[in-house]
Amino acid sequence: MFCWCFPGVSLVCILVSIAGKNVMLDCGMHMGYNDDRRFPDFSYITQNGRLTDFLDCVIISHFHLDHCGALPYFSEMVGYDGPIYMTHPTKAICPILLEDYRKITVDKKGETNFFTSQMIKDCMKKVVAVHLHQTVQVDEELEIKAYYAGHVLGAAMFQIRVGCESVVYTVTAWIDKCRPDLLITESTYATTIRDSKRCRERDFLKKVHETVERGGKVLIPVFALGRAQELCILLETFWERMNLKAPIYFSTGLTEKANHYYKLFITWTNQKIRKTFVQRNMFEFKHIKAFDRAFADNPGPMVVFATPGMLHAGQSLQIFRKWAGNEKNMVIMPGYCVQGTVGHKILSGQRKLEMEGRQILEVKMQVEYMSFSAHADAKGIMQLIRQAEPRNVLLVHGEAKKMEFLKQKIEQEFNVSCFMPANGETTTILTNPCIPVDISLGLLKRETAIGPAPDAKKPKLMHGSLLMKDNSFRLVSPEQALKELGLAEHQLRFTCRVHIQDPRKEHETGLRVYNHLKGAIQWWLHPPAGADVVQLEQGSWRRCSFL
Amino acid sequence: MAAHLKKRVYEEFTKVVQQQHEDLSTKKLRLTKPSKSAALHVDLCKATSPADALQYLLQFARKPVEVESVEGVVRILLEHYYKENDASVRLKIASLLGLLSKTAGFSPDCIMDDAINTLQNEKSHQVLAQLLDTLLVIGTKLPDNPSVRMRLVEVACKHLTDSSHGVRNKCLQLIGCLGPVEKGVAKEAESQAAKDVQKIIGDHFNDQDPRVRTAAIKAMLQLHERGLKLQQAIYSQACKLLADDYEQVRSAAVQLIWVLSQLYPESIVPIPSSNEEIRLVDDAFGKICHMVSDGSWVVRVQAAKLLGSMQQVSSHFLEQTLDKKLMSDLRRKRTAHERAKELYSSGEFSSGRKWGDDAPKEEIDTGAVNLIESGACGAFVHGLEDEMYEVRIAAVEALCMLAQSSPSFAEKCLDFLVDMFNDEIEEVRLQSIHTMRKISHNITLREDQLDTVLAVLEDSSRDIREALHELLCCTNVSTKEGIHLALVELLKNLTKYPTDRESIWKCLKFLGSRHPTLVLPLVPELLSTHPFFDTPEPDMDDPAYIAVLVLIFNAAKSCPTMPALFSDHTFRHYAYLRDSLSHLVPPLRLPGRKLVSSAVSPSITPNEDPSQQFLHQSLERVYSFQHLDPRGIQELLEFTIRDLQRLGELQSELAGMADFTATYLQCQLLLIKALQEKLWNVAAPLYLKQNALASAAAKQILEETYKMEFMYSGVESRQVVIIHHMRLQAKALQLIVTARTTRGVEPLFGMCEKFLQEVDSFQRCFISELPHMQGSFVDKLLDLMPRLVTSKPSEVVKILQTTLRQSTFLHLPLPEQLHRATANIIEPTGESDNPLRFTSGLVVALDVDATLEHVQDPQGSVKVQVLYPDGQAQLIHPKPADFRNPGPGRHRLITQVYLSHTAWTEPCQIEVRLLLAYNSNRSKASTRIPKSTWSESLEALPPSENGIEGTIPFSKPVKVYIMPKPARR
Repeated sequence: MFCWCFPGVSLVCILVSIAGKNVMLDCGMHMGYNDDRRFPDFSYITQNGRLTDFLDCVIISHFHLDHCGALPYFSEMVGYDGPIYMTHPTKAICPILLEDYRKITVDKKGETNFFTSQMIKDCMKKVVAVHLHQTVQVDEELEIKAYYAGHVLGAAMFQIRVGCESVVYTVTAWIDKCRPDLLITESTYATTIRDSKRCRERDFLKKVHETVERGGKVLIPVFALGRAQELCILLETFWERMNLKAPIYFSTGLTEKANHYYKLFITWTNQKIRKTFVQRNMFEFKHIKAFDRAFADNPGPMVVFATPGMLHAGQSLQIFRKWAGNEKNMVIMPGYCVQGTVGHKILSGQRKLEMEGRQILEVKMQVEYMSFSAHADAKGIMQLIRQAEPRNVLLVHGEAKKMEFLKQKIEQEFNVSCFMPANGETTTILTNPCIPVDISLGLLKRETAIGPAPDAKKPKLMHGSLLMKDNSFRLVSPEQALKELGLAEHQLRFTCRVHIQDPRKEHETGLRVYNHLKGAIQWWLHPPAGADVVQLEQGSWRRCSFL
Repeated sequence: MAAHLKKRVYEEFTKVVQQQHEDLSTKKLRLTKPSKSAALHVDLCKATSPADALQYLLQFARKPVEVESVEGVVRILLEHYYKENDASVRLKIASLLGLLSKTAGFSPDCIMDDAINTLQNEKSHQVLAQLLDTLLVIGTKLPDNPSVRMRLVEVACKHLTDSSHGVRNKCLQLIGCLGPVEKGVAKEAESQAAKDVQKIIGDHFNDQDPRVRTAAIKAMLQLHERGLKLQQAIYSQACKLLADDYEQVRSAAVQLIWVLSQLYPESIVPIPSSNEEIRLVDDAFGKICHMVSDGSWVVRVQAAKLLGSMQQVSSHFLEQTLDKKLMSDLRRKRTAHERAKELYSSGEFSSGRKWGDDAPKEEIDTGAVNLIESGACGAFVHGLEDEMYEVRIAAVEALCMLAQSSPSFAEKCLDFLVDMFNDEIEEVRLQSIHTMRKISHNITLREDQLDTVLAVLEDSSRDIREALHELLCCTNVSTKEGIHLALVELLKNLTKYPTDRESIWKCLKFLGSRHPTLVLPLVPELLSTHPFFDTPEPDMDDPAYIAVLVLIFNAAKSCPTMPALFSDHTFRHYAYLRDSLSHLVPPLRLPGRKLVSSAVSPSITPNEDPSQQFLHQSLERVYSFQHLDPRGIQELLEFTIRDLQRLGELQSELAGMADFTATYLQCQLLLIKALQEKLWNVAAPLYLKQNALASAAAKQILEETYKMEFMYSGVESRQVVIIHHMRLQAKALQLIVTARTTRGVEPLFGMCEKFLQEVDSFQRCFISELPHMQGSFVDKLLDLMPRLVTSKPSEVVKILQTTLRQSTFLHLPLPEQLHRATANIIEPTGESDNPLRFTSGLVVALDVDATLEHVQDPQGSVKVQVLYPDGQAQLIHPKPADFRNPGPGRHRLITQVYLSHTAWTEPCQIEVRLLLAYNSNRSKASTRIPKSTWSESLEALPPSENGIEGTIPFSKPVKVYIMPKPARR
């Protein structure tokens, strides 16, 4: 089994070769770059020949762009015609995000050499949607199965199985004890154990509440889908509970469509939304309104959710520039920021930013970071490993130093080997494949009938001959094997000379040894397994075994 | 097709005829009740295919079989069983055998041998499993026959090696249910197989099939439930099962481990991979804690629930469950809890700007970090942060139970409980608030915790807010800032939700009386007094001002220096509030205020309540002057009743007592009045009016006696006798009135008969109380009983009349505690002018929210009645889940009532009220009272033979304006 990760600091694209099958897990893009580096270099996969011939399928775990952003590029511009698997919500939401991203890059920044709307559509035609716990037979040997992963709407983890070898690819979730050969997991938060979600939520609400009471403005840069909806619901319920009046805005465009999908896929959401859904659909917001660009200059407190999440472009950056100068305001970064983005810079404490056109922007507003990421923290990963009991673990999507720590912990706690391939590195994992062998029912019944009754706790010895024919293995009775192969029965005789010093008469001694041997042999070998005969000959004894 | 159908119909018809014929013939032959066995036999013989036979059997199973014919039917079934080749038919027969042996009155030991025999030759696994099930039924029917059980267990043991999981399952179930429990019996009963049931079951703990493993554990638990002491050796086996692949096995194993930990808490078990040893209960606790982070939420819930009942666990392990370490980029991070605590201990009040300093602190040695905790570590942290709220609720409950038994743990878990107040699911929040209330005697809240707790006061759910008020009533606060904070938040709450007024005042009352010394320094600020200037007098009707005063006055009760800080108007307001809100404002000893302090006269010892004394005195007076002239008695009664009613209004704690006695005196008054009617001296038909008065009085007395019996909690049997006695008198009065007004003797016969029966049943029920009733109506009546039974109705009436007049007034002893059931409908308020519009013929849901006090078993007795303007009445039984229990003796009904009506031309008001239904079966004297006439007069309830006898309205009716519109076409 081979695993290979594509270059790129924080995009996910993993290639797995399992028992001769090649599967690509996720196909992400890098948000920090605006040049070729944003897409994985697919020429690594195969230098010559078409990708379609080389890859058996592509699996997308969820709709975040660092997991699916390069998909149209990969399928349409590089050229891949094979199946792409993702869950229904992912399939529904993914094209919206891709289109949004395309608009920002192409229409606003005027870049060329980017995929077009038509390409996104064509790409989506190649997508096969799967249900949870549905086992999809990709081809005769390769099968995949999706499990629920509470990461974002529609996120799933996939179990990929070829024969008896299996790989689980996951972000975070509960899983059954499937004991895969390899578990691939993200490890962004490898060295973090977080406080409870409740504590974090309370902190977040407290921060927002206080800023609003002070009359400040709160900017929350989010990606259009996923965490944004969660935070919206959080604020919405809080506003209702506390009877607050300050307006909450959500930058338009995606909201309507995205919320629509959330309403549609309510069964994929968390327990709270599902529970309250009967009385009231949480996505029909009362306090949250659509944002207009002119609102940013309005006086008085407000809370604005703006896209994109890392303050690297678009509306969130525009608003940030407007509000950065006032110390009453606050920006809350609700997730991880990639290096190189404005978000990352301000989070690391930079107070003077160099913007486009040599402008210097002084940041006076408060900068807060809230880890609302649904990525598993160290504890979560450990728990996942404990539940799934994999034989090997592969950590991806994280910083090397942090992964090193987690790797050490995993090896120490569970005694399983753990890998953390660098980008472009190939990891080979040895597996013990089990080979299925067919046995005829008649033979099985006959063999079990012999000897003591079957006992679940003890292995049982059976006899038969293994027939390897036409790429299949069968266990058949010796007679049948001979017949099928058209061979005549041969007798092999092994002899061995043993000298015995015995004062008794020859015949008497012979009889004693004979009886002893007979008893002993009967005990552990049963006559039909081969005609065992103990023969008494002149001056010597022979034990013959015929096959 | 039609023809074909017709043909089939005819066929069926003829079949039926045949059967009946058969039945008749057997009846003739045997001269017993119609036997079903013969019919069945014929049917089965007729059946050509297995499918047919199955159909017959299915039909047969639908009808019950008489006890006498069970055995015959079983024989026939068995006969067919041996003949039958088809497994499904045999299966059905086997299940029928089980069904038949359940028949009440039938002893199945006669068919046991046959059932066991059938087992021997059976090949089909499913049929085998079904037969074992039948044997289980037979075995449970014969509980006191150890030899039979032994035999069945042996049979089951024999089949344990079967290859089908279903058969093994049933075998284990059978062994679990029938296996010998007492060791001694097992020895007597010789056999080896039964000797060690536990071992046999234990061997199947590692069966290859998870279902069998589960069945084995369940069988073991069953044995435990039946009283067998499980061996400790099982413990290690059970521990291995905790790592099973299947959730049902793990779930059962957790239970088993729990059972063992309760059986052998103190025995010592070694820790694998080290030389140390620990107590078994600690080990089990650790293992169950481990299961709180299991993959399946069912197991998690189970584990979390069981943790709560493991109170013997040592505190060291207990405290580990709250262990929580955070880190960020390998540096130790303080949890929000620790941060809050530090802020507090550094003496710095949370300014809000300090919250952000969760920057990672010291570097962590990578080797020392234990990412995945073993054993008890952090179990509750996991449980309380679980994604499923079921797990969280279970964890909160467990936390509550453990904290109740260990004060130090209570102190430690406080942070986590407070944290739960912000859970996203309301049930969890509510549960954690209730939990906190239950452990409140063990804890003191820190300011930052109080801060979080009080933040929940803004919750829009009334349940939550009220639970929180309830919690604040019994909370200990550590600082004066805490009290101030609580007051500020409560006042905020009051402005936001004015309906919470009563609850908030009550909360402040307790808060004040618990923390007098903390309130003292706040008084000038709260009353906004100034050393030099006079401040304006606050508005007396402002609920917020009243709230502040309630807090201060209750604190002042145990803090004599406080009144010195009051300004003049405060004293005036005190006098006013003491009178108008006497249940909230305590009596105060105020200097120089004779007016107020005179209430507590120095001559009376302080622990004796003057109002209580007044109650007793007035009752004494009534009882002692009962031989006054009738006029005087009447007046005295009237005055006393008035006094008592007023007393009840003033003194809430005596309200029940006062009302109860007032009602009793009222009954007496009515009786006296009725007996003094002129009616008795004049020819009956002439005085219809008086007649109406007397019979109305009788009716009213009856009604009042029912109220007395069922509406008060704390009524003892001594009172019940008196109440029943009064009722008997009322019935006598009724009889007399009817005798005077009706002509002819015939109807009287029945009534007399009935009355005498009642006297009789009264005597039977209260025989022990009769000696206390010297000179009473019933006492005299019983003396005359022999005469009454023999005499004519007219004579009976005469005797009754004289006895009624001569009988003395019984002294009503008062019980210790007496509370009247009350209900108050909070919603609908009945003030809305906007009619509730809905389309006629459809239903509209009306939210009803009411508080009930002192109602026993509200789920069974409280009903909602809706009265429509056309006189139509509708009675709604709320679901049991609609009743919440916020505190002892109090209930809250939050339900929806569905209204519907035909179209009206204009909006009109309907009445909604609560009724207390009663049933004489539930009455304290456990007597069956025959239906009374008045309960029929209440059209609300069709009186049923054994059901509810009647209802008492016990809340003020609320009017709701509704308008059913005609449906649009």
